[in-house]
Amino acid sequence: MSIQTRLRLAGLTSAGVCAALAITACGAPTEDSGLSEEEQDCATYEQFGDFTEEQPSVSIYTPITDAEADAYEAAWAPFVECTGIQVKYEGSNDFEAQIEVRVSGGDAPDIAVFPQPGLMARYQEQMIPASAELEALASEGWSEDWLQYGTLDGQLYAQPLSANLKSLVWYSPTQFSENGYEIPETWDELISLSDTIADSGMKPWCAGIDSGDATGWPVTDWVEDMLLRESGGDVYDQWVNHEIPFNDPAIVAAVDKAGSILKNEDYMNGGYGDVSSMAGVSFEEGGLPIAAGECALHRQASFYSAQWPDEVEVGPEGDVFAFHLPGNTADETPLLGGGEFVAAFRDAPEVDAFRQYLSSDLFANARMKTGPWASSHSGADAANATDPLMEMTVELFSDPEAEFRFDGSDLMPGDIGSKAFLEEMTEWIKGKSTEDALDAVEKAWED
Amino acid sequence: MTFDFLDQLPKFGVLGIGLVAFLVVVMGVLYVGNIVPHRPKSLIAGMVFLIPTLILVGIGLIVPAIRTTILSFGDRTGEGFVGLANYVWIFTDSDMLTVVRNSAIWVVLTPLLATAVGLVYATIIDRSKFEKLAKTLVFLPMAISFVGAAIIWKFVYDYKQIGNQIGLLNQIMVWVFGEGATQHWLAMPFWNNLFLIAVMVWIQAGFATVVLSAAIKGVPSEIIEAARLDGVNAWQMFWKVTVPSIRPAIVVVIVTMSIAALKLFDIVRTMTGGADGTSVLAYEMYAQSFPGQQTGRGAALAVVLFALVIPIIIYQVRNLRQRKEVR
Amino acid sequence: MSTKVEPVVLAQRARKRFSRPWASLTAIIIAVLWTTPTFGLLLSSFRPEKEIKTTGWWTFFSNPEFTLNNYNEVLYGSASSGRLASAFINSLVITIPSVLFPIAFAALAAYALSWVEFRGRDWLFVGIFALQVVPLQMALVPLLSFFSQGVDVAGFTLLPAWNLDGEWKFIQVWFAHTAFGLPLAVFLLHNFMSELPGSVIESARVDGASHGAIFRKIVLPLITPALASLAIFQFLWVWNDLLVALVFASGPETSPLTARLADMAGSRGNEWQRLTAGAFISIIVPVAVFLGLQRYFVRGLLAGGVKG
Repeated sequence: MSIQTRLRLAGLTSAGVCAALAITACGAPTEDSGLSEEEQDCATYEQFGDFTEEQPSVSIYTPITDAEADAYEAAWAPFVECTGIQVKYEGSNDFEAQIEVRVSGGDAPDIAVFPQPGLMARYQEQMIPASAELEALASEGWSEDWLQYGTLDGQLYAQPLSANLKSLVWYSPTQFSENGYEIPETWDELISLSDTIADSGMKPWCAGIDSGDATGWPVTDWVEDMLLRESGGDVYDQWVNHEIPFNDPAIVAAVDKAGSILKNEDYMNGGYGDVSSMAGVSFEEGGLPIAAGECALHRQASFYSAQWPDEVEVGPEGDVFAFHLPGNTADETPLLGGGEFVAAFRDAPEVDAFRQYLSSDLFANARMKTGPWASSHSGADAANATDPLMEMTVELFSDPEAEFRFDGSDLMPGDIGSKAFLEEMTEWIKGKSTEDALDAVEKAWED
Repeated sequence: MTFDFLDQLPKFGVLGIGLVAFLVVVMGVLYVGNIVPHRPKSLIAGMVFLIPTLILVGIGLIVPAIRTTILSFGDRTGEGFVGLANYVWIFTDSDMLTVVRNSAIWVVLTPLLATAVGLVYATIIDRSKFEKLAKTLVFLPMAISFVGAAIIWKFVYDYKQIGNQIGLLNQIMVWVFGEGATQHWLAMPFWNNLFLIAVMVWIQAGFATVVLSAAIKGVPSEIIEAARLDGVNAWQMFWKVTVPSIRPAIVVVIVTMSIAALKLFDIVRTMTGGADGTSVLAYEMYAQSFPGQQTGRGAALAVVLFALVIPIIIYQVRNLRQRKEVR
Repeated sequence: MSTKVEPVVLAQRARKRFSRPWASLTAIIIAVLWTTPTFGLLLSSFRPEKEIKTTGWWTFFSNPEFTLNNYNEVLYGSASSGRLASAFINSLVITIPSVLFPIAFAALAAYALSWVEFRGRDWLFVGIFALQVVPLQMALVPLLSFFSQGVDVAGFTLLPAWNLDGEWKFIQVWFAHTAFGLPLAVFLLHNFMSELPGSVIESARVDGASHGAIFRKIVLPLITPALASLAIFQFLWVWNDLLVALVFASGPETSPLTARLADMAGSRGNEWQRLTAGAFISIIVPVAVFLGLQRYFVRGLLAGGVKG
């Protein structure tokens, strides 16, 4: 993180404090929040209605905590101030389990932010479908590719919130320019670059797949990216919906393609040892050898930018940056991504007003200014991003030609996407054959 | 700066109301206990004293236990009826059999090891100059939250194949056997369970030490004196005098710890997430029920957990009977 | 005089026998094994983030780099850190009643189960004892729906929804902790109480004392040490609890220290070095309570433990 970003975050902090404490006490947000005058002008928020008399409160429950949560509160502080809707924010790292407890216990929050659309389907009965106004706003803001994940039985229930891009390869711009490496634009170029680096005596790739009870997920992301490149979006959708078996030849091919890097002893695991060491390295540490000059390439999502230590500069000219994981040809730019979806559990005008605000470009741009964040909203302006990586992410998402697919493991039923698939891919890294691993997931899904 | 004590006042208001309610209930029970017939045998008198407990336990534990039992015959949504399918799954699925096996290992090893350590330690430090300090050191782990304990043990078990180690155990391996001797402790099949049990023993040994040390102090000195006059050595003293004299305390410690080991869930969740064959019943029940959204299977695992306590209950019933005979 | 001195001398001699080198060595080894991991955490909490994540804590001795940054970040780092003090108060407000309620109720129940005779008493005791095994994870959903939806039997509302909000959610947490803590408390106190000398209680009865008076005037003073020791265990449990708090104490007005600390690692767990400092901030109160009550603790378990 650059010094500039640090300073900006420090500035934001003081605004965040206002938002965190009873909003009324702080008055209008200060200029520190980085929001424009228009974004702080109450006239802008008239479209969402006036609730200043009743001051109703809306509770929102999310998996987002700490500094990121503060940035959200800073972004919607003017909305709270102007409309009178009191937003009660609660974040928890234990969201996935807690939301099940709360919804089954009849204590659902007004709004829940799901990071895994696959978890949402179970609550179709309890969720409130999007109002006509919200649906109109959302279809203006997001492509069909995105909205389909918040849609159940043809009805929109939840709109996207943030977007993160998974098809990224982290590298070191300094290392690349020193050695004269070029950013690869096709898969073959990527492999020949890997060979060049391997010949120079460095293991080119590094990764870590340990992540507590979600160990193995970085491998599933690899497989999804490969499937999207090898077989395209349609096969990908069939696979996610279990219309083709999990051990279909197309999936076997995708896993093997991932294996051509992940299970290649010449490529893996720079800075950490051999292929088997991946299982013992946490995903947080997976790419860090790049900054230490012990590894060159690390495929990981845009949110990995938070993992770099403070003294490492993220930027196209800096210590580390990322490029788009190439397709088979330079024209193909498949995008694998993830993001959160905003669902409502209470039918009330103030809840709907807040959801409408969250699906507006007004919010998307404000949130981009209050901290590192990216959106796939068509009205999001990349220029508002706080750092070059988020800028690049927003730009890549705004390419109408790109084929976007959501992280498949987040769409599958919980016991597959968050369990069997992860566990089998971990076993696969440790030496299990592709066929055996995929057969095992298929068996679990059939049960 | 941002903290205003005035904002906190409503909390103390609620606290005050809670404490007043507490006094009202306790005084109420005692008042009614005063006016009910004070014959030794009286169902009414018994119930008066038991009412707060029975209401709370009924709502908080009995209703959930019944609900869980019913759900265990249902499907993943908790609505359909699938008969014994969930139980069949537990006892045929190879992963689940590992889970059951692991729970069995936990419930046997944890109380034994923790009690053994506590007993030996308590015996040795008894009446020594540093007794208080020594006891506090071993008790400390009990006061640390699981969030803290998980990090403490990360610094012990952490594994790097090459380069700087941040896990102490692997650093010791490097010092003793050289580079390349490092082990991924938490991924070693079967043995990783023992490494997790070590964490639980570390936490629970303090409980055993404090309880048993107190019990040892209660051993009447005449008995020790008599044994001494018979010329027993330290070893015999330990086995023939100390252990039999504090047997009831040892039993309390073992029973309490066995139940804690059965219900154990945090250590597995924070350290391995059940990966590499380290899952136990209580963790698997949680993982299936909530993140996994498999209501039926989660409930069935809970019922298996209830069933495992039956031997302890039988033991406890026999204990009660014996005590009656003695009286 | 001499007859009184003799056992003490003998006991001392016995101790000497035990204080052989190997015994001391064993004690020292156990103490070191039990303290080293915690010591590593303490040292780590004063090391810079980069050092914590890349080198072992023992390298501190060859390359001492000291910082208070982790403590600084936990206490004042993020915008929401103003809530840490408030979370601390929440923890206290949660803990005090959650310790008092179960212990008082368990004492009353244990009295009835040991000194009031009625039919099925032993079965009731065994039943309560067995409830210890009900995993609280399975009790979360039903108890939550008890609060949020009340009790309906066949369409008839037996008890309305409680609709607790803001600070009032403390009531939910107290209720939950009390219910979950009772079986163990009843088990331990019953063990203790049933071994009180029956003759004392019998003679009070003959004098015409009521159950309420016997409990208050005879039993309560005798079991004070046991109550104190149980209080410490319940305190440790409630203070360190995260799961119950996440469900029943949601929201900034009630959420305790453990929930706040768990969030500090960040949504993606990348700031876990902060937890080193966080763990030591949250440990202060339990350790103070333990040291302060250790005297009672020992005496309490002494009497309870011996007679089991």
